[in-house]
Amino acid sequence: MEHIINNQNWLPVAFAAIMGFAILVYVILDGYDLGVGILLNKADDFEKDLIIASIGPFWDANETWLVLGVGILLVAFPTAHGEILTALYLPTTIMIFGLILRGVAFDFRVKAQDNHKKWWNQCFFIGSLIAALAQGYMLGMYILGFKQQFENVLFSLMSAVCLAAGYCLIGSSWLIMKTQDQLQRKAVLWANTSLKFAALGLALVSITTPLISTRIFNKWFSMPNFILLLPIPLFTVLILIILYFTLKHMKNNNISFAWIPFTGSVTIFMLAFNGLCYSFYPYIIPEKMTIWEAASADSSLMIIFIGTIIVLPCIIGYTFFSYKVFWGKVELKND
Amino acid sequence: MIEPIDLARIQFAANITFHILFPTINLALAWILVFFQQRYNKTADKKWMEAYKFWVKVFALSFALGIVSGVTMSFQFGTNWPGFMKTVGNIAGPLLGYEILTAFFLEASFLGIMLYGYGKVSNKVHSLATALVAFGTSLSAFWIMILNSWMHTPIGYKMIDGVAHPNNWLEIIFNPSMHYRLFHMMLASSLTVSFLIAGISCYRWLKGDRTDSVIISLKTGIYLAAILIPIQIFEGDALGLNSLKYQPAKVAAIEGIWKTEQGAPLLLFAIPDAKNQTNSYELKIPKMASLILTRNLNGEIKGLNTFNGNHPPVAPVFFAFRVMVGLGFLMLVVSWVASWQIYRHNKIKDFLAKILVTMTFSGWVATIAGWYVTEIGRQPFLVYGILRTNEAVSSVSQKMLASTLTIYISLYIALVTFYISTIFYMARKAINKEGLQPPAVTPPVAAPKI
Repeated sequence: MEHIINNQNWLPVAFAAIMGFAILVYVILDGYDLGVGILLNKADDFEKDLIIASIGPFWDANETWLVLGVGILLVAFPTAHGEILTALYLPTTIMIFGLILRGVAFDFRVKAQDNHKKWWNQCFFIGSLIAALAQGYMLGMYILGFKQQFENVLFSLMSAVCLAAGYCLIGSSWLIMKTQDQLQRKAVLWANTSLKFAALGLALVSITTPLISTRIFNKWFSMPNFILLLPIPLFTVLILIILYFTLKHMKNNNISFAWIPFTGSVTIFMLAFNGLCYSFYPYIIPEKMTIWEAASADSSLMIIFIGTIIVLPCIIGYTFFSYKVFWGKVELKND
Repeated sequence: MIEPIDLARIQFAANITFHILFPTINLALAWILVFFQQRYNKTADKKWMEAYKFWVKVFALSFALGIVSGVTMSFQFGTNWPGFMKTVGNIAGPLLGYEILTAFFLEASFLGIMLYGYGKVSNKVHSLATALVAFGTSLSAFWIMILNSWMHTPIGYKMIDGVAHPNNWLEIIFNPSMHYRLFHMMLASSLTVSFLIAGISCYRWLKGDRTDSVIISLKTGIYLAAILIPIQIFEGDALGLNSLKYQPAKVAAIEGIWKTEQGAPLLLFAIPDAKNQTNSYELKIPKMASLILTRNLNGEIKGLNTFNGNHPPVAPVFFAFRVMVGLGFLMLVVSWVASWQIYRHNKIKDFLAKILVTMTFSGWVATIAGWYVTEIGRQPFLVYGILRTNEAVSSVSQKMLASTLTIYISLYIALVTFYISTIFYMARKAINKEGLQPPAVTPPVAAPKI
């Protein structure tokens, strides 16, 4: 940690933290957007409208956290941005394709001809699914250092499915909070299934990451780190168990405390993400490039930093405000 | 087979062309929505609210397409042009960073309230949200135009080991071409929206919709265009003089001047011949180019042959410029004639209305043509005088570039088609022939209950 004490080197760390924060917020917020999109096909037409209405006021802003995350990667760590995106060129393009499809489907489905609506709904579903899978694939390849071997591709395909499942978990949890009656009950069932795949994905990533790198292995399993860090996986398992029993209860009884699944899912995402960050620090390209090696000049970082610490709290404050304005169960009404 | 560098150019061009379509509309449309809302707040005349309600839907649609293509752009810099950030990242980084932060901060945040909050928050908060979205969009444009202008007229930096470092941020931000280009783009956006609003209003008019909201929308569009076009023409002239000073190769290509000339003619039309360094089929006005550019009938303009090959490809720049200016003058004539008709008779003749419908998206064509003039005109440089485009390209393989390019282009063509047809469809749905209050034909818009 000595290298951080030297004043000059804290800017890259600060930006890594901000970037990490932006990506985490993106994964949670667009996680439920993409999640409900994937679940869309399982709903009937009226429910589809409800589902999309539940994310309506938020999805634009949610997606911009991705721009913030990638944007910071671009402006604060340009060398890494170039290398990572070149290595992930095809999955990135596929993800963008999915995001574009999902984004435009959102507006076109209500503004275009009524008989086109079901095609735009399909686009919404496909776009969400493609984006989620692509992101999961990118995560897998990132963990494995972008080496294009067969087993890495298999691992990344698996992580693609598991991230998509994670998004379904958080998406269905969101629906449990925001909807009522039949749709809410359906959401409980969806959450139940997603939970199992999400747990599998978590296990997979958690086991593989220390195995591929001795450095990471030592970070977690050397003493006293192992004891100090044990709460993280333990707490995660605890939440998974709580979620399992909550959902089981909700399946058969009245749904109370509808906020538990969502809060639990969000917490799991946060713990998993923090685990990954801890593993990879201080590398931005695993085992190859540290954040200091990738960073822009300090003077440029300082300029962006000043803007960021002014703007970021306002965005967060505003986000809370907007969730407050649009709080409550979803209802459809004619405008 | 096309070289990877050219595939990369085409792909970036396709992405940014698609992207710019939507901010071009929204930059000015946001302010027009503020205008409609303020008029309604002042007069309580529901025609303003109806106009607002129609055009806010167009705004939302454009915004969605702008955001998704913007996400694409943030990836494109890294995937296709890593050399750009490597060489000028210390300057581009903060400028891009501020563009992202502002876009983020004001646009996307307050957009939710603006689009879905009517009725959920007080009228004051809603009006404030609309104004903040407009302000945020303009601020984003400001940062991007600063960066783009700096790429054309770089200043306030020093090169250390092949990397540009900022020396003076005031000079960087207020670089020599910045205010000309920023102003030119804002006017371009306003003119695009004026003709969009006028065209769609005429479309409804021709189909029998004579409601007040259509008429005031039409008036807004036409009068705005009529006032702004002459300003834009003067602005363009000023920008041309600025370009002559800082990027003479671009001006030579625009004018099709192969060899240094005194008293150069204005070529209304020609076919540039790069191989023989000359033009065929010239249709010209003698001495006009010199007059316009040097304010002297016999002024000297440097020819393309004086730049040692460091000049842009002539044909694209030459023709794009004429498309832009030609459309500009057409817009001038049409908007002035239409203004006169509406001012005098409070209605518009069918013949003119049909022309306006055809010109609904003329602003797009003119704006894109203008961007092609300036960006292709800067070649072979990515950052003028500092970094060549072919020095900045990534190492992605030709096969990958070709396949992603195909995906993007097919997607974009489909989306633009859907966008245009949806806007006309929305216009048809909003038509009310009796001139009474428009029925609630809008599909259920979901809004959560508080």
